Amino acid sequence: MAVARPGKPVQRAHGLSDRAVAWIFISPTILLLLAINIFPLLWTIYLSFTNYRANQPGRLVQWVGLDNYRNLLGSEDVWGYLQATAHFVGWSIFFQVLLGLGLALLINQKFKGHATLTTLILLPMMLSPAVVGVFWAYIYQPQAGIFNYLVNFFIDAGSFTMIGDVNLAPWSIVLVDTWMWTPYVMLICLAGLRSIPDYIYEAAEVDRASKWRQFWSITLPMVLPFLMLAVLFRAIENFKMFDMVVELTSGGPGSVTELASINLKREAFEKWRTGYSSAFAVILFVTVFGAGNIYVKFLNKVKQR
Amino acid sequence: MSAASTRSVLEPSPWGQRFAALLVILYALITMIPLVWIGLTGLKTPPDAIAYPPKVVFDPSLEGYVNLFTARSRQTPEYMASLPPPTSWYDELVRKRNMVITGPSRFAERYMNSIIIGFGSTFLAVFLGTIAAYGFSRFKVPLKDDLLFFILSTRMMPPIAVAVPIFLMYRALGLSDTHLGMIILYTMVNVSLAVWLLKGFIDEIPMEYEEAALVDGYSRMQAFWKVVLPQAKTGIAATAIFCLIFAWNEYAFALLLTSGNAQTAPPFIPIIIGEGGLDWPAVAAGTTLFLLPIVFFTVLLRQHLLRGITFGAVRK
Repeated sequence: MAVARPGKPVQRAHGLSDRAVAWIFISPTILLLLAINIFPLLWTIYLSFTNYRANQPGRLVQWVGLDNYRNLLGSEDVWGYLQATAHFVGWSIFFQVLLGLGLALLINQKFKGHATLTTLILLPMMLSPAVVGVFWAYIYQPQAGIFNYLVNFFIDAGSFTMIGDVNLAPWSIVLVDTWMWTPYVMLICLAGLRSIPDYIYEAAEVDRASKWRQFWSITLPMVLPFLMLAVLFRAIENFKMFDMVVELTSGGPGSVTELASINLKREAFEKWRTGYSSAFAVILFVTVFGAGNIYVKFLNKVKQR
Repeated sequence: MSAASTRSVLEPSPWGQRFAALLVILYALITMIPLVWIGLTGLKTPPDAIAYPPKVVFDPSLEGYVNLFTARSRQTPEYMASLPPPTSWYDELVRKRNMVITGPSRFAERYMNSIIIGFGSTFLAVFLGTIAAYGFSRFKVPLKDDLLFFILSTRMMPPIAVAVPIFLMYRALGLSDTHLGMIILYTMVNVSLAVWLLKGFIDEIPMEYEEAALVDGYSRMQAFWKVVLPQAKTGIAATAIFCLIFAWNEYAFALLLTSGNAQTAPPFIPIIIGEGGLDWPAVAAGTTLFLLPIVFFTVLLRQHLLRGITFGAVRK
């Protein structure tokens, strides 16, 4: 029997039973997710073992076993895309953690007007990543762009192009992502800082622990679970990154910023190699899901300490 | 950072505070440059927008906005001379470039699509999310934690990973490039967020209210409708804004599954072409109009942002 609270069943004269209400309320969501998320996922898994092409519906579909996976994992290009993704995820998270935690510590000094400034700083992360990519492409323009102009204002960098240069392009997307998502890490770190009770610092003051020592043995360990949560969310999102980078560099120059999702889209919707791209999708999903789960286990351990 | 690590329970020193304020203001200023720049570019003429060095001071013009909303064609000087005098300020503006307005552009249509699909999917996701969250919050459901985790995990999937089957499914069902198809799709993506956020909000409503109502002879449905919903108002509103922002900002599905009819603004803004490449003032004008509602909602939502971005995991 499903009741509001075990041991305290409420007697009622009319209406549906609690069990019925529960299922009526929950099942639409579950059904929707099964139909438009799980069913397509299973279909993707099936397609990954075939040579299907979505633009040729009449063509005979052949079961090719693990061929798609073999081709993928044996392809140097694919490792290149994964490397580009790792570079992007790793560095963008590195800078966001550094800046986000720093900003949170500063804002936590609770100077006058910190609330208004916080809202202002948060703006970039609420914007549409695709549209952000579009306008950063304008900001990065070698001639008319404000970015190059400002850089040259401070250092004599001469003429350069952020998104057209093989060496600079991977950093151009890291920079935009950092601009956009540093506030995200900041906001979560700020919550962590505010969760530290004052008496811990009071005790440290009594013990004459230096500020530096207080930071390393109180602040950082207490914020760590929050920081790790922020990193988890950022890592998942950036591993899937598509929209901002497509609009900013569309994977170029060459394929130096061709992240996994961008290549996936190219294979699936431009080359129409549905079977092959499905295999890639499965590999990516398994990676996110597996790594995410391991990380959460680790996070829970840190939390329990 | 060195000043920051001096955090203490004792009132932070005034100089420390001032130093922190200075750094944060500096960061805020730098982070605002791109946004301000886009806002300004929307008010430039096309030559000003690609001038070198970039123009900070310029004569504001509404050409970008006019170009955003109209389709134009270039004409010969003879033809231009033969026209009757312009009937409106925007006619005049366009004619200065030897062009005439041939009709409205598709921007208003795309913007409208964004509104319809955004609100439609938000309504559905919040509706489904509210009842499911209530179910999870108040009843013993077998495998509750697994179901909740399942709902969350659907959000981890890269959209492109399921885009092909959805594309095939929609093609078979006739939902490709329709408003209904996109509404269902965005509802699916948002419902996980809605369930998780609303479960947090409903968990915070004391159960005693409903129990009192049940004892008074209300049915479960009546108690939900008349007691729980009014108390969950703020949470529902905050969740709705989050869903709306997500649907508003979504790009990958819109790019892959829509083309003419149900396309939203994000895939459209980057392809506003002028003569000789992108029409930057028009793109900037479109961007500004597209981002402004988000700025408004962000300010409205600032108390609940933390919850929203962490799926309710961090509540402050």
